[in-house]
Amino acid sequence: MTNKPANSTLRVKEVNENQCHMCMPLGGVIAFKGIEGAMVLVHGSQGCSTYMRLANVEHFHEPVDIASSSLNEKQTILGGEKNLNKALDNVLRVYQPTMLGILTTCLAETMGEDMDRMIRAYLQEHPNLGVEIISVATPSYRGTHSEGFWATTRAIIAHYARVCESHNRINVIIPNISPADIREIKRIMGLFGVEYTLIPDFSMTLDRPYGGRYQKIPTGGTSPADVSRMPGAPVTIQFGLTCPDALSPGLYLEQQFGVRLINLPIPIGVDNVDQFIAALSHICGKPVPEQLTLERGWLLDGMADAHKYNAEGRPAIYGEPEMVYALTGVCIENGAEPVVIASGSPHSKLKDLVRPMVSDLAEQPFLIEEADFASIEHAAVSAGATIGVGHSGGKFLTERHGIPVTRVGYPIHDRIGGQRIFSAGYAGTLAFLDRFTNTLLEQKYGSYREKKKDEMALNRVM
Amino acid sequence: MEHDCSLASGGTGCISERQNSIITTGKNKSRIHCADDSLAGAVSQRACVFCGARVVLNPITDAIHLVHGPIGCATYTWDIRGSLSSDSEMYRHSFSTDLKEKDVVFGGEPKLAACIDEVISKYHPPAVFVYSTCVVGMIGDDIIAVCKDASERHGIDIIPVESSGFLSGNKIVGYRAAAEALMKLIRPKPGEVIEKTRKLNFLGEYNLGGEKWLIERYLNEIGIEVNVAFTGDSTVAALKRAPGSCLNIVQCTGSMHWVATNLEKEYGIPYLDVNFFGAENTADSLRRIAAFYGDPEIIRRAESLIEREMNRITPIIARYRKKLTGKRTAIYVGGAFKAVALIRQMKDLGMEVVVTGTQTGKQEEYDTISGLLSEGAIVVDDANPAEIERFLLDLKVDVMAGGVKERVLAYKLGIGFVDHNHERKECLAGFDGAVTFAREVYITTCSPVWKHLKASIGGEEL
Ligand code: SF4
Ligand code: SF4
Repeated sequence: MTNKPANSTLRVKEVNENQCHMCMPLGGVIAFKGIEGAMVLVHGSQGCSTYMRLANVEHFHEPVDIASSSLNEKQTILGGEKNLNKALDNVLRVYQPTMLGILTTCLAETMGEDMDRMIRAYLQEHPNLGVEIISVATPSYRGTHSEGFWATTRAIIAHYARVCESHNRINVIIPNISPADIREIKRIMGLFGVEYTLIPDFSMTLDRPYGGRYQKIPTGGTSPADVSRMPGAPVTIQFGLTCPDALSPGLYLEQQFGVRLINLPIPIGVDNVDQFIAALSHICGKPVPEQLTLERGWLLDGMADAHKYNAEGRPAIYGEPEMVYALTGVCIENGAEPVVIASGSPHSKLKDLVRPMVSDLAEQPFLIEEADFASIEHAAVSAGATIGVGHSGGKFLTERHGIPVTRVGYPIHDRIGGQRIFSAGYAGTLAFLDRFTNTLLEQKYGSYREKKKDEMALNRVM
Repeated sequence: MEHDCSLASGGTGCISERQNSIITTGKNKSRIHCADDSLAGAVSQRACVFCGARVVLNPITDAIHLVHGPIGCATYTWDIRGSLSSDSEMYRHSFSTDLKEKDVVFGGEPKLAACIDEVISKYHPPAVFVYSTCVVGMIGDDIIAVCKDASERHGIDIIPVESSGFLSGNKIVGYRAAAEALMKLIRPKPGEVIEKTRKLNFLGEYNLGGEKWLIERYLNEIGIEVNVAFTGDSTVAALKRAPGSCLNIVQCTGSMHWVATNLEKEYGIPYLDVNFFGAENTADSLRRIAAFYGDPEIIRRAESLIEREMNRITPIIARYRKKLTGKRTAIYVGGAFKAVALIRQMKDLGMEVVVTGTQTGKQEEYDTISGLLSEGAIVVDDANPAEIERFLLDLKVDVMAGGVKERVLAYKLGIGFVDHNHERKECLAGFDGAVTFAREVYITTCSPVWKHLKASIGGEEL
């Protein structure tokens, strides 16, 4: 294997070829869908909102309704207020939400729509509406879906949060993880018996058990009353190491209301989960529950069983910065040294966070920010990656280069069950690891006999 | 769950302005309002002009498709169709100019020009399609001029597709933009002579699941050659030979009638409407094509092919019909062409069609649809999820045919679903497609899972 320049950046081109990230309002949609009684309206042309629905439907396998103000050519000149008002009338009447999230598209932002003024005017005209309207600027030329998710979560908190008496319910702020992982984080906190406000909680709204009906607004989600009391919490745990400060909901609570922020990685991987468990144990002054100790033990046992197989893995990890950071940790602690670490987001702190983790590795991985799949594929192939770890966008790694992909993250549209990919906590980490190891094994045994024959008997070195 | 939308005469929409978009066959003679733009605030199933253009042109396999706009518009349409290629895979890449804030402020033309240069020097494609999106339309980038310059610089076709999404929510406008781009591509350069042949062009065929290949096999068997399909498994060079055909057969009228009319006007090529969905339709189409050629040998071979295939599939389909007779079905698809074809196929399977809707139907088409349905059936334009749910439940639908967004809705209600969208992987055309279709309807309508689902919510009462 040739030696690459340490931490090289590949992407020096203009064109983005095969996108690794989605657009900013899409992340906002997911965050809003985690609030109780919420409906979402996208201010822009029709297409954007239909595409966002489609992306979410394919990932979550749930109806994900997103209204649009359906701007057309005329309004791009005259302004979109009339359409926005009409959209508000209709969506409020049909969906009767208690909260309406409005996200702007690139078009609306380019038009320079003054959202605050228009919403104020609308609320003045309809004084007894009984709905909270929260608008977030999410032009995709400024950020990816990851930034849209953080910006929206922050805006929701900023909208509701009020100074209040201190209480002992902790704040938990999550990034874009699967509903299954949200449920696991809640279960772990349940084992500690700690009270919490978790936001945005889309574990039930975007992953509903069968019930015979389509709910216009699915039940579940973080309650606005709880959000308003977040400033009285003793502490905030935020799984958002990579989150830019300007968008950080936890930092907002700390700066505005003095709620101490503990910023942690997503609890995937034994080290990362340990940090979460230690924080919880410290906060509630309780020892680690027996159940979790057992689960940790099973994970360690599994790590031992699989370590030699995992050492053969040369992963290319890609996706949202926060997820990529956590997955890099799991891979490294299991001896699968990453050869590519990439994210489509240009704004996160990923690179700086990852550098110290990889500085000791025998081979320096490619670190790519603002990645597209052309750059990821190129890096993966030239670094001899043997496995991809990330969302469905990596399918060409397999199709064109025979590199299998362990699917995790968002979006998953070419496999079933994106909403229940389970990777958090000790139990989830073990589930992830099994998927990862078995992907390697399947690849290995699929070609093992042929390869050995070529190598050993025919002396054709591959 | 509040559920106040009743199904009174004529079908009252949940949003009263939508009343004119829903009619009940045999009850009101009022005209359906289908040319309207989507209503602001409604959760429309429609997409955008750009989407329409992109799905029509995307199957041109060796061209580069460059989306000029912010990232999302490209991400959402990356490899969006199940169109297959016999050679180049270039069309499955998604190229975006990935506009950033500075481009939006100062104009995106320089970046577009740079991106065109970049993709051409990397891939040397025979042609580049440049799609405009909403933001580009808004900031007024002159993509026509940029394309013209680049075209001269590189000596290949660089074709602007004027598909700013905000022009309309209606994909038909996008089909038209694509059609104009196609006409531009195939127009012979001054002095160039295209040799006339006895081959035909196959318009509105996208080779989903290999459908073009199957129909081509039939045509070859009866002694007719396909020049090129618009646009399934086509190449730039093959499309440029299109003016040399003696006949155009037109399948998907929504996107291709305009092209057919223009090919007739400019090159004197007559056209024939065909439909290869369903065995009867396939037989009928083959007969009419054979009749056009008027060659007794072709007619004889067509008849023997039809007889052979019908004998082969009739007993198989009869088996499915036995299971499906009397089941109730709803159809919600993009265009009326597809809806009409589906109604016929469902009826052939002994099923009753109780709801039919499209996103882009025209008045005459809705008249045709109403004519095919029995009294009391609902016809709807641009339906929203709340309406679809109401129809599915109130009319006790057993199985629905539609796109991805309708699929999850149907499943939530415990209703079978048949994929009939542009992402599908199965071939549903021709005689083999008729069998595949029957089987798909059967496995979903009569799946054992519904019994368990229904039982869990107490059977019939909803
Ligand atoms: S911005 Fe316009 S072109 Fe792009 S997806 Fe939205 S509606 Fe379509
Ligand atoms: S215009 Fe912006 S918001 Fe709409 S799809 Fe394109 S990138 Fe996303």
